[in-house]
Amino acid sequence: MFYIYCPYCGEHREEEEFHPKGQAHIERPKEPEACSDEEWGDYLFFRDNPRGVHHELWVHAVGCRKFFNVTRHTVTYEILETYKMGEQPSITADSQNQVAAASRQEGVRA
Amino acid sequence: MSNAATFDTRTDSAIPVEPPLAYSYRRSGAPAAGPESRVILRERALLGHLVLRGGAIVLDEAVREVLGLNLPGEPQGLVQDERGERSIQWLSPDEWLVIVPGGEEFELETRLRERLGDAHYAISDVSGGQTLLELSGEAARELLMKTVIYDVHPSHFPVGRGVTTVFAKATTILRRPSEERWELVVRRSFADYCYRWLLDAGEEYAIGVVR
Repeated sequence: MFYIYCPYCGEHREEEEFHPKGQAHIERPKEPEACSDEEWGDYLFFRDNPRGVHHELWVHAVGCRKFFNVTRHTVTYEILETYKMGEQPSITADSQNQVAAASRQEGVRA
Repeated sequence: MSNAATFDTRTDSAIPVEPPLAYSYRRSGAPAAGPESRVILRERALLGHLVLRGGAIVLDEAVREVLGLNLPGEPQGLVQDERGERSIQWLSPDEWLVIVPGGEEFELETRLRERLGDAHYAISDVSGGQTLLELSGEAARELLMKTVIYDVHPSHFPVGRGVTTVFAKATTILRRPSEERWELVVRRSFADYCYRWLLDAGEEYAIGVVR
């Protein structure tokens, strides 16, 4: 059972109150008519399925009914952070890799 | 005044009006409250429920002027007047639930619309869609703990708090207007289900129903 922090309610709530809504930060093309079939198909149907850090859209369906973003590790299921719509994540796959690389360096030195 | 079409849902015509639990009382009965009852259930039927949506600052000014209450700006906030008859609850960053005595809601809606003018807002009268169940008695919290997924311990759920959460798998607004009272705002269509659930779960506390 997840215990998820809703950035709008400002507190942790039970997973039962939430629904996942797929990948976050998908931007609709500004001019759909100007898209090639491939671009439009990518926007409409194709989603990332990373092993590791992933940004997802969730909705607090039973609580405030607001959508927000969740950064989640798809292997450990750990929720690294949640943030409001329109905001950018502070934790990304790159930043996590840097942390991992830095700790490996430390290990070499020690 | 906005050009929204509004009408008073309470008419003068002689249609018998029944509270949402009228049928439940007949079918499932209503155990009388006695000295051994550790939980008392009472339906506050046919109150005026309005949902306000819009910016907090604009709505706060209007509500303070028209209703004399502050709009709770903090999440999970619940404010009420001294007698506890009128209340405003935070539902989401741009949504509040106003509950007033039955019959006042249309006048309140009209006055709010006059006051708000051309501001960007929405007022919905949801009086017919939901009803309020009130639980009191020493075991009320224990009864809620059987199913509510939200932490109802007094340290986490003080007086003046209200949350939208899950009660017996149904979406419910749970509020705590005073030390000894808990309120459940449930869908009218779920009222019978919630009533029977409460009777069943409250049997061990000799739950009594006040009509």
